[in-house]
Amino acid sequence: MRRGLMVSALGLAAIVAAGLFVTRAAPVDASAFDSLTGDAANGETVFTAAGCASCHAAPEATGDAKLVLAGGQRFGSDFGTFIAPNISPHPEAGIGSWSLGDFASALKNGVSPDGRHYYPAFPYTSYVHMTDQDVVDLWAFWQTLPEDATPSQPHKVGFPFNIRRSVGVWKQLYLSDDWVIANTPTPELERGRYLVEALAHCGECHTPRDALGGLDRSQWLAGAPNPTGRGQIPSLTPDDLTWGPTEIAYYLETGFTPDFDSAGGHMVAVIENFAKLPASDREAVAAYLKALQ
Amino acid sequence: MKKHLTFAVALAALGCGTAAFAQDDFSAQLKARQGQFRIMAINLGILGGMAQGKMDYDADAAQAAADTLVAVSTIQQGPMWPEGSDNMSIDGTRAQPTIWEQNDDFLSKWSDFGTAAQAMQAAASGGVEALGPVMGQIGGACKACHDTHRAPAN
Repeated sequence: MRRGLMVSALGLAAIVAAGLFVTRAAPVDASAFDSLTGDAANGETVFTAAGCASCHAAPEATGDAKLVLAGGQRFGSDFGTFIAPNISPHPEAGIGSWSLGDFASALKNGVSPDGRHYYPAFPYTSYVHMTDQDVVDLWAFWQTLPEDATPSQPHKVGFPFNIRRSVGVWKQLYLSDDWVIANTPTPELERGRYLVEALAHCGECHTPRDALGGLDRSQWLAGAPNPTGRGQIPSLTPDDLTWGPTEIAYYLETGFTPDFDSAGGHMVAVIENFAKLPASDREAVAAYLKALQ
Repeated sequence: MKKHLTFAVALAALGCGTAAFAQDDFSAQLKARQGQFRIMAINLGILGGMAQGKMDYDADAAQAAADTLVAVSTIQQGPMWPEGSDNMSIDGTRAQPTIWEQNDDFLSKWSDFGTAAQAMQAAASGGVEALGPVMGQIGGACKACHDTHRAPAN
């Protein structure tokens, strides 16, 4: 009896230990990144395609002010309100004291330098697909950005979502470096997949989420309720989005739909970014969307 | 006393007026303001179609389209946007309450459309190459306003 109790206790401890191990905040292997040399020019393209400034610039910032990543924009969700932090290169208020490994761990694993999980409002489940070279290039570009001393504000998230450890469990379910579309037979489709699934993180809004807030990849880009207000984020599947490839590319460049309505909401920021990318990137996104089944 | 009575009657009249106002479904205003955007889209379609090479460039048709955009930009907006005709108050509109909460911003963005439309009016008959950049300016004005003041479609 006593022995049985011992075994049970040991078993429980083992389960707890295994659970803590599995849900720990694990950084990336920094050595993979340290051996690469950063190219700030490509880093700027990555920065634009990944839309960093769209969320981390100050609210209402426009033009060059968007390069000041002071944070402060608010993002409502079913789990609380997330407030984008200061990620400018300021050593105290921002991320100026980070190493390249810290930056890579944040982007690809959603892990902070002090070993905590980030909430997935930060789209690391998309950035996990980012190539190591692009991470290094992005970090090189980061060093050219202006510092800002605005302090980050805490997220407004209630129990139980304020237990960061629970994000470790969530990551076990939803953080995967598997692509949604496994086969990309042409370089254009591969680039389109990289833009849609990794950098531009289109699925974060255009794919519906399940009860735990994870993307339902079986309904990839099939449209979803608008998380921050009324209305519906449209479906991009070929059955629903009947625009031709040139029409999709033109929309990403100008914001005009084929019947010359114009984009609104968060898509405005997305188009502002896509308009700065090469035409071939907009065409690659169109090709990827047309290839969806 | 008489003065008080006048005041009371005026107040009552005002009350009735407000009540009638609140019951209004604003369908006329919605049709008017949505119609003006439709006119804009149709004429932008002509200019954009030429800019994209989907249709042959025709200087007269381009000029007429640009003139129409300018004409729309001169329609006075106030009467079409009564208080209470936002998407939180009534159905059939995507107009966000921010239009009324930040009305100066809304009107300044509408004015930016007018500026862009005038740029198109100056450029439209000057050859197809001129259309693309000004389309970009007009698109920028549309998006800047829709960013804040229009809700996504249902």
